[in-house]
Amino acid sequence: MLNFSDLLPYTDLLLKGLWVTVELTVYATLGGVAIGTACAAGRHYGGRLLRGAIGAYVELIRNTPFIVQLFFIFFGLPALGIKLSAWEAGLIAMLINLGAYSTEIIRAGLAATPKGQVEAAKVLGLSANQAFFRVILIPAFEKIYPALTSQCIIVMLGSAVVSQISVMDLTYAANLIQSRNFRSFEAYSVVAAMYLLFAILMRQAFDALGRYLFRHRRSS
Amino acid sequence: MIEFTNWDLLRNLLLAARWTVVLSLTAFIGGALVGLLLTTLRLTRRRPLQWLVRIYVEVFQGTPLLMQLFLVFFGLSLLGFDISAWAAAAIALTLFTSAFLTEIWRGCIDTLPKGQWEASRCLGLSFMQTIKNVILPQAVRVALAPTVGFSVQVIKGTALASIIGFVELTKAGTMLNNATFEPFKIFAMVALIYFLMCYPLSLASQRLEKKFNGAR
Repeated sequence: MLNFSDLLPYTDLLLKGLWVTVELTVYATLGGVAIGTACAAGRHYGGRLLRGAIGAYVELIRNTPFIVQLFFIFFGLPALGIKLSAWEAGLIAMLINLGAYSTEIIRAGLAATPKGQVEAAKVLGLSANQAFFRVILIPAFEKIYPALTSQCIIVMLGSAVVSQISVMDLTYAANLIQSRNFRSFEAYSVVAAMYLLFAILMRQAFDALGRYLFRHRRSS
Repeated sequence: MIEFTNWDLLRNLLLAARWTVVLSLTAFIGGALVGLLLTTLRLTRRRPLQWLVRIYVEVFQGTPLLMQLFLVFFGLSLLGFDISAWAAAAIALTLFTSAFLTEIWRGCIDTLPKGQWEASRCLGLSFMQTIKNVILPQAVRVALAPTVGFSVQVIKGTALASIIGFVELTKAGTMLNNATFEPFKIFAMVALIYFLMCYPLSLASQRLEKKFNGAR
């Protein structure tokens, strides 16, 4: 009944799709965490207006489905004259999505830094920048690193939806294969296994990176 | 071509949103029941059972919800069941929800001191008595906030049922868009309706977290 050998001729297609998913994930992770860091800092130190604007952005994104955000960007924005390719729209949706979630995660890390540490840094003569990076930001990242890792993986898995606007990612490859040979269950189970493997590898890569980044810090 | 006024659009979207609510409730209640069963299995001291639960959680947390939907939809029809998009979505979302709730509840139970289990055993309570009278009342307080928070993920997850053709809020949005070519307005309305459903739950979750974290 099940026949996985029918998938063999499509190995190239699957690998190409996997590569698109990997690429999107890498860009979205780097950009999303950068957006999150900037917004978290803005929300922590900014004025009322900035704090309110960032808060609205975070809540709006966190309380609507990713697929609706994607459709809004891909179908809705061209009405305003902003034309985007499917790939660009997919990446932007992922960036905005991860940006909002990581803002909230990083903000929690910033808030968890005891005030006394900041005062101590000042007394020791650290400049404002030094104090922010060494005393506040890096320890905050260390605290929230596991949560951030999970969120990046969730965004990677969520990226399967970009196939719906014809980005040729891993899921798109599965859709294409099943439309040609009607082996839908086989195609989707193999692709699901590829996602699972990627998620596991991603977690290990993040763990390794975390051990490197925070190597000088005592473990608490 | 049919003309749609703003009111027509909103009315049709709201009518479709009922199905989003029904699907969310089904998945959440079903997921909570399966999750409760899995959590209990995990607490028994049977290694193979614990492993099975762990693999189940890992698989559902490590694969896209969209793949789970496709696999249920196409897998069950392969087995000879004539399955509707509604049933496939309800089953897939129930399984997805159960895996996440099992993981959330595991974390909550693990925050309880081990001494509670040991004390119950010394007092001669059975496994079920320990869970019912000692663990559950405490764990529920801790679990309430993250559980309510996860219900937001369930509602958002139901949007994917549109891809296998179940007409809920998102699908209604794409259908109306195909008829009117006003994507900006329609998807903004769709997003707003989701927001109105999800935001109160997010707020409730935050409130509960503050309340119970303060109490402990």
